[in-house]
Parts: sequence; structure tokens; C-alpha cells
Amino acid sequence: MDQVKDKPIAAPPPIATPGRRLHPLPIRVMHWINAATMLVMITSGWGIYDDDVIIRGFHFSSFWRLGDWAAWSLNWHFAGMWFLVINGLAYLIYGFVTGRFREKLLPIRFKDLVNTIVETLHFKIAHDDLTVYNAVQKLLYIIVIFAGIAQVVTGLAIWKPVQFSGLVSLLGGFQTARVLHFLGMAIIVGFLIVHVALALLVPRTLWAMLSGGPRLARNSQSNQAHPAQGHTI
Amino acid sequence: MKSPFRPDVVPDKSVLDDHRPLIRSLERRGLIRGGLSLGSLVMLTGCDVKRPEAVEAALLAFSRLNDGVQALLFDPNKLAPTYPASMILRPPKFNAYYDVMDVKPVNAETWRLELSGLIADKRAWTLSQLQALPQTSMVIKHICVEGWSYIGGWTGIQFRTFLEHVGADLRAKYVAFKTADDYPSSIDMATALHPQTLLALQYGGETLADPFGFPVRLRMSTKLGYKNPKWVTAIEVTNTYPGGFWEEKGFPWFAGL
Repeated sequence: MDQVKDKPIAAPPPIATPGRRLHPLPIRVMHWINAATMLVMITSGWGIYDDDVIIRGFHFSSFWRLGDWAAWSLNWHFAGMWFLVINGLAYLIYGFVTGRFREKLLPIRFKDLVNTIVETLHFKIAHDDLTVYNAVQKLLYIIVIFAGIAQVVTGLAIWKPVQFSGLVSLLGGFQTARVLHFLGMAIIVGFLIVHVALALLVPRTLWAMLSGGPRLARNSQSNQAHPAQGHTI
Repeated sequence: MKSPFRPDVVPDKSVLDDHRPLIRSLERRGLIRGGLSLGSLVMLTGCDVKRPEAVEAALLAFSRLNDGVQALLFDPNKLAPTYPASMILRPPKFNAYYDVMDVKPVNAETWRLELSGLIADKRAWTLSQLQALPQTSMVIKHICVEGWSYIGGWTGIQFRTFLEHVGADLRAKYVAFKTADDYPSSIDMATALHPQTLLALQYGGETLADPFGFPVRLRMSTKLGYKNPKWVTAIEVTNTYPGGFWEEKGFPWFAGL
């Protein structure tokens, strides 16, 4: 992919298909599978949590729990994990192979981050161009992707602490792995609240995740990051 | 000897033929009543039934798939971490489907360990006979499906040694247990043969106390707590899936760590 930095020798030949959408179909499908799966994993996890709480006195009421008691919360969790892992792997592979991660989430500049935060505090939230994520958005997406990966790793440690005993000791023991798994959930839930609130405030973003959103300009940097359209020398 | 895992009296099959019309009408009545009560339940609570049959069937299908995956992940030579004896929790944590006050102690004089199924020598065992077999100790973590854990020290007979001693068919799929507290349980043969699977007689160097399974309980480093039956009274080696107390209520069967 390094060669794409160089200027193409010839102008790109016209491509028969119109420009890519902001959210190509695979992204939309994976996004909504992940949304449903995350809700299953979070609410069934709360059902499992309630049997032996980490924070004394803190329970999730039955309204928020998936599964009418621990056995079925466990069964939901252990069924949902397959969707989370397979869909998540597909998403990661897609994000790296198509260059979407590099194109949408990088680079994050510290100055931009500060500017966005200051602007947000002054209630100046610019959403004219959905195709460009601001620095805070980029950072939050990266954090939640890592949190999702961390949940799979800590989950594996809790599920199979003998088969993966090396991983468990790396995480600081079984009970620490449990707490980390709980913290990972808290980060994802925190993201979810902000993510859903902003999507509802700017409904165009929600519609874009359903319909695909605006078409990207042909000569945007995304062209170069996309191997299908990128040009080698 | 008759297997303790089968009912003593089996009704004659001809009974079914004699009463077939009656059975059919009962089934019909039950179906109508069931449908009505299910409907009224929905109206009473104002919400839908929490676990529709199709959802339950799908979840159980995943649970069986996971049993298979866990059996593949299980490494028969992988040992669980062990700890120094100083870390043993005394007394261990009591946990059962009833309160510790309701434990009914087992009389060691009359207690026998009965054997059945694919075992060559099915003679019952007394406690002193078990005590005469070579003993092994391990200090391992007990992990409950609920999430809590503690370190316990167990001494007893390696279950593999016992199974070989009585001539069990080690190619069979399952080993099933019956207990004095009506807590049937079963495990896969690979786990039964794991070096950290013991018929435990002692905890922390002392005879097992009554609440923790005296005289004999199963103790495995590679399974969740609920897979370890206490007050074991009978063992069967079989190729027929035996299930277990919590498994019948929906918990996963393999429950490997």
C-alpha cells in the first residue's frame, strides 16, 4: 500500500460503477448484526453478573436482564459469543483489507482532538459532512473496537481459565479477568449511550447506516486507500 | 446386580395398549388446558412469556454445539495451576441447591459405593477399601459458574486409577454419578481420566466434613463447581447421555474450565 502515496502516472481510468457509499452494504450488515449481538451480550451478561456481584449491593433489575434466570442468561451469552466473534472478525478483516480503518479513523491529531472538544463544549457540533469523522469520533470508534476485542480476550480467559491459564495469569488472575470483563462492558455501554444519543440528534447518520449514506467523491483520499480502485505504478 | 441408575419396577408395555383411548383424551385435555393457561399467563402479567419454546430450543442447540467445542478445546494433559497448601481456604465454601442446615450426614458404616454399566468388576466398595488405594493430593482453584472462586486442597484416589482398578471401559463416553443428596451428575470420559480428577476423601489434610461430601466426593480441576457431586453413592460407565441436576434445568453439560 506504500506506493499509493506516489502520484499515479496516469489519471485513473473511469470506473463504470458510481462512487462508493459512505457505508457500503457489508459495513451496514455487520453494523446491525453487531448492534443486536452487543445488546444480547450486555443484557445476558448482566443476568450472569447478578448471581455473584462484583460491586457489593449493585444488581441489575430483571427488566434489564436477558434470560429469566442465570442458566438462560448463560445460554444467551454463550450463543451470542459466536455472532460477536465471527461478525467482529469479518469486520476487522474488512476494515483492514479495504483500508476503511485507515481512511476513516486515522490520523488523529491532538490539536484536532482539543479543538473538537472545545467546540463541542460550546455546542458547536458540525455535522455538515457525514463522510468525515471528527477527531473525538475517531478516537471513540477506535476505543470501542479495542474494547470489543478486549471483551473477547477476557471472556475467553473466564470461560476457559484452565485451558488458557497463561492468558489468565497475564490478566492478573481469574477474579481480575472477571473485573476487566465487567469494565470492558462498562466502556462499551458508555460508548453506546453517546453513540445512540448522537445518532438520534443527527438522524441523517442513522439513515446513512440503513441506506448507505452519501456517495464519496471519486477523487477523495478514499480512492487511494481502496485497493480495488487504487493504482499501482 | 441391578443398576442403581434404572427404576426397580418397570410397568408392562401392554398397559399402554389397554388404555390407549384414555391416554389420548388426557393428552388432548392437557394440550387445551396448557394452551389456555399459557394464554391467561400472558394476560395476567401483561408481558410475553420470557422463554418461548423455539428460543429455548435454539439456545439448547447452541449449548450442545458448545459442549462439542469444549470437548475439542479440552487438553487431557493440560494441568490446572496449583497453589501452596498455605493458601487453602478453611473451611471451604459450602454451596448446594439447599441450605447447609439441610445437609443429611452419610453413615460411613452402612455407606457403599455401587458400580454399574460398562465395568468388569461391579462389586460395591466400602470406605476402608477406598482408603487403601493410593492417595494423591492437589491444591487447586474451585470456580463456580456464578463467578466466585476459592483455593481448596483435596486428597483422594485419582479417578483414572479407580476406573482402571475396577476394569471400566475407558472408551465409553460418559461416567455418571448418583449421590445421597439426589444430585445426579455426569462427565465425559476424557475428563474422568485427567490427572487432576479425584475421588476426594480429604480436605486440607483432614477427613471430609459432612457438608462437603463425606465420605466421598468427586473433585476436578477442569470443570465448574456444579459438575463436582458430593456424597457419591453410585458410579456408572455408559454410552447413553446421563444428564444431571442443573443440566436438566438448562445449565451447560460440559462446563469445562
